[in-house]
Amino acid sequence: MKKFLEKAVRWLLTASGFVTSLVILLIIAFLFAEGAGLFREHTIEEGYVLALHGDNPVKEMTAAEIKAVFDEDITSWEALGGPDMPIETFRLEDADKYFPEEQLGAQYENAGRLISSLIASRPGMIAFIPESMADADAGLSFIEDNTISPKEVFAGTEWFPTATPAPLFGMWPLLAGTLWVSFFAILFALPFGISIAVYMAEIASPKVRGFLKPVIELLNGIPSVVYGFFGLIVIVPILQQVFGLPVGESGLAGSIVLAIMALPTIVSVSEDAMRNCPPSLREASLALGATQWQTIYRVVIPSSMSGIASGVVLGIGRAVGETMAVLMVTGNAAVVPTSILEPLRTIPATIAAELGEAPTGGAHYQSLFLLGIILFFITFIINLSVEYISARNKG
Amino acid sequence: MGKIEAKDVHFYYGAFHALKGITMEIPQNKVVAFIGPSGCGKSTFLRLFNRMNDLIAGARLDGSIKIDGQDIYAPGIEVDDLRKNVGMVFQRPNPFPKSIFDNIAYGLRVNGIKDKEFIRQRVEESLRGAALWDEVKDKLNASAYALSGGQQQRLCIARAMAVSPSVLLMDEPASALDPISTAKVEELICELRKEVTIVIVTHNMQQASRVSDMTAFFYMGELVEYDDTKTIFINPHEEATQNYITGRFG
Amino acid sequence: MSNRPTYPAGYDKSKRRTQRAAFAAFRALSFCIVFILFAILGFIIYKGAGVISWEFLSEAPTDGMTSGGIFPAIVGTLLLMAGSAIVAFPIGIMSGVYMNEYASKSGWAVKFIRLMTNNLSGIPSIVFGLFGMALFVKYLGFGDSILAGSLTLGLLSLPLVIRTTEEALKDIPDSIREGSLALGATKLQTIWKVVLPMGMPRIMTGLILSLGRVSGETAPILFTCAAYFFPQLPTSVFDQCMALPYHLYVIATSGTDIEAQQPIAYGTALVLIAIVLVINLLAGWFRRYFEKRVKTKQ
Repeated sequence: MKKFLEKAVRWLLTASGFVTSLVILLIIAFLFAEGAGLFREHTIEEGYVLALHGDNPVKEMTAAEIKAVFDEDITSWEALGGPDMPIETFRLEDADKYFPEEQLGAQYENAGRLISSLIASRPGMIAFIPESMADADAGLSFIEDNTISPKEVFAGTEWFPTATPAPLFGMWPLLAGTLWVSFFAILFALPFGISIAVYMAEIASPKVRGFLKPVIELLNGIPSVVYGFFGLIVIVPILQQVFGLPVGESGLAGSIVLAIMALPTIVSVSEDAMRNCPPSLREASLALGATQWQTIYRVVIPSSMSGIASGVVLGIGRAVGETMAVLMVTGNAAVVPTSILEPLRTIPATIAAELGEAPTGGAHYQSLFLLGIILFFITFIINLSVEYISARNKG
Repeated sequence: MGKIEAKDVHFYYGAFHALKGITMEIPQNKVVAFIGPSGCGKSTFLRLFNRMNDLIAGARLDGSIKIDGQDIYAPGIEVDDLRKNVGMVFQRPNPFPKSIFDNIAYGLRVNGIKDKEFIRQRVEESLRGAALWDEVKDKLNASAYALSGGQQQRLCIARAMAVSPSVLLMDEPASALDPISTAKVEELICELRKEVTIVIVTHNMQQASRVSDMTAFFYMGELVEYDDTKTIFINPHEEATQNYITGRFG
Repeated sequence: MSNRPTYPAGYDKSKRRTQRAAFAAFRALSFCIVFILFAILGFIIYKGAGVISWEFLSEAPTDGMTSGGIFPAIVGTLLLMAGSAIVAFPIGIMSGVYMNEYASKSGWAVKFIRLMTNNLSGIPSIVFGLFGMALFVKYLGFGDSILAGSLTLGLLSLPLVIRTTEEALKDIPDSIREGSLALGATKLQTIWKVVLPMGMPRIMTGLILSLGRVSGETAPILFTCAAYFFPQLPTSVFDQCMALPYHLYVIATSGTDIEAQQPIAYGTALVLIAIVLVINLLAGWFRRYFEKRVKTKQ
């Protein structure tokens, strides 16, 4: 009986040991299950077609082209490989501009026939209409409804998941926004982080260190919404004034808040690394007439480089994955950033802001899970490189 | 006048009275060995000569230590200046995680020498002086960690000598080495005495008798006996010295 | 040796000057951080202190969340902390015990588990949110609920619990285990009666800190649990609930009446900060208690 209990407990403990591994597997599985479907979705909204005049030679358009056409950024068929002919767009809402209401019928019962004949009479027209309204006898031609291509998603420069007729899932602006804001965050945090770590590990008296350590821990413990709130109320208005910006919500505001948030990680990991630098090396340097500062920058810092690097990489990981604070202060404009003073939008902020509105199972929903997969792998790679750096250090 | 003169030196770690009124003179260009059981204060005393104990919080010194007639604890004395003149070799080899060349050049560079050609010459000289040149001349840019323990310790001696100190402190420099490496280090000590005054702490009686001109026996924080090495080992005046040397304790 | 080095005069002075300048800069930068912390804390305490009252803490929001209190959000956050503790503490402690007491220290299992645990702790909280929504809310059909939120937050805090347990047990010398085994105790008895009680203060510190982390997390509960407005208290684990961090987010960013809601935001932020402060103090107290106990034992 006693033996059985020992065995059962052992089995239970072993099982719980592998729970984290299981969770990671489940995360991968579920993110892929929800996100990979995006490339099976069609470009044009389900149940709708893009109808053209039968003689129009254009058969294929990318999602970006469709959006440009309906935004009237592209106005000639020539740009799409067709004849030199102006484009006329038609949406269902436009029907009453062409036909009086009584003609369309109370239930729009005549709309299909009328619209189809309208399209057939206008060689330059492109119409976004329900599939059921496209009259098969009108001799219309249709834009091919391809599935969403990975190229459009990963290299696309426009994120416009709610656009009709064709939503755009170009993730490049979000990826660029994430990297941009994290890059500046680390740029700000690095000099501070290393200095504080050096000060705490090498210079400060035990008393001062005993005061600074809880400060750093407390900074680490403050919830990210509180940072976001503070950023929104204090940092954003200051930036707006100082730089004379139209809106203070900007990449810079995000970077500053992220820098403060990444700081504790950088400080505590690099401080640990420096404290682990063998005292014998310090003594050797001092015994040769080096000052304490020469010892720090010529011996202590180089020999704890891998620990410092781990701290910095972990800090980057924290910045890349941070959601709420960034969501609150960066202004969330999904454009490829050209300046840190402009609003931008990161991957985590996009997921947080849009998942609530995206219909379950739709292309938008799936694209957000795809963003989650990208984020997961970015941080996974970051974590593995930290493991690699510290393993190499031990070896 | 001795090279180093200590007068009534008391040293405390907090409440612990580690050295109790030590007075001794160390003559120029001699090798002086400090012997005694663990915890007797010999290493503590040694580390006072280059103020290495300054790093310890709560430590306190009474009395005076003069090198070349100058009180090294006087206000206005800068420790880095002092340590330029008083080199040290530690118990375990502690090369920096840098190349062999950079290890030797370190002391010159941190003291402001920028002339590359001079540094190169000085590195070669120091390595020759430590009888290491022939072993490493083809791999000066290799990491110092690629060397064996004995080679590393000789590298550390060369590193200390490159700065051209007039005193070299050695804190059990061979205790982590195998017998062959130990012999090489001892040979080196005999060579170096021409240039510097050497103070060596050792646990090894034979080593003290082989390398030193004078020997000091410490016990419980006190200097029990200090005399020519021959006298100490053949005809000590104190019974405690006799007992220690013949292996009755320690 | 022929050419002794002649050291440039004045270099020693200049290197000491450099040292003074460098140290002063480091000190200044370090105290900058202290300033930042106190600026954040001071600002929120200053603005929020006037808002805090018994009514604010004990009443539900009213008038489209432009007045009233934050009681349901406080209750929600406490429920989520408790729920995540139920999920994470047993599994986390067992996993830590397995790593330190059962698995062979140099074997692949420990390395693998540690790798996975570290990786899990690096995964952004929003990814946990996505995962929790896909698995608990949709696949297992819990819906937006306290159950789904607690499970998600529990998994998020798991790595911290495992790591602190493992580290607490690692510091217990083997001689103590051997002493117990030598008296005929089984391995399980040794762990239960000797090892765990000794490691408990340190483990507790980790557990408390993990609760602190859970209390402030927003992203994982956005899609698994948090309700925009749910003034009545939840009655079952399948109810949604309000939570302090989400409440702060909502009020600060998408309020209907910024003027009227700003004080509520300050008050909410202050309550959140107070929870974090209390938790850090508590953890610090446990740590000191532990250190004292070790000292008296020596």
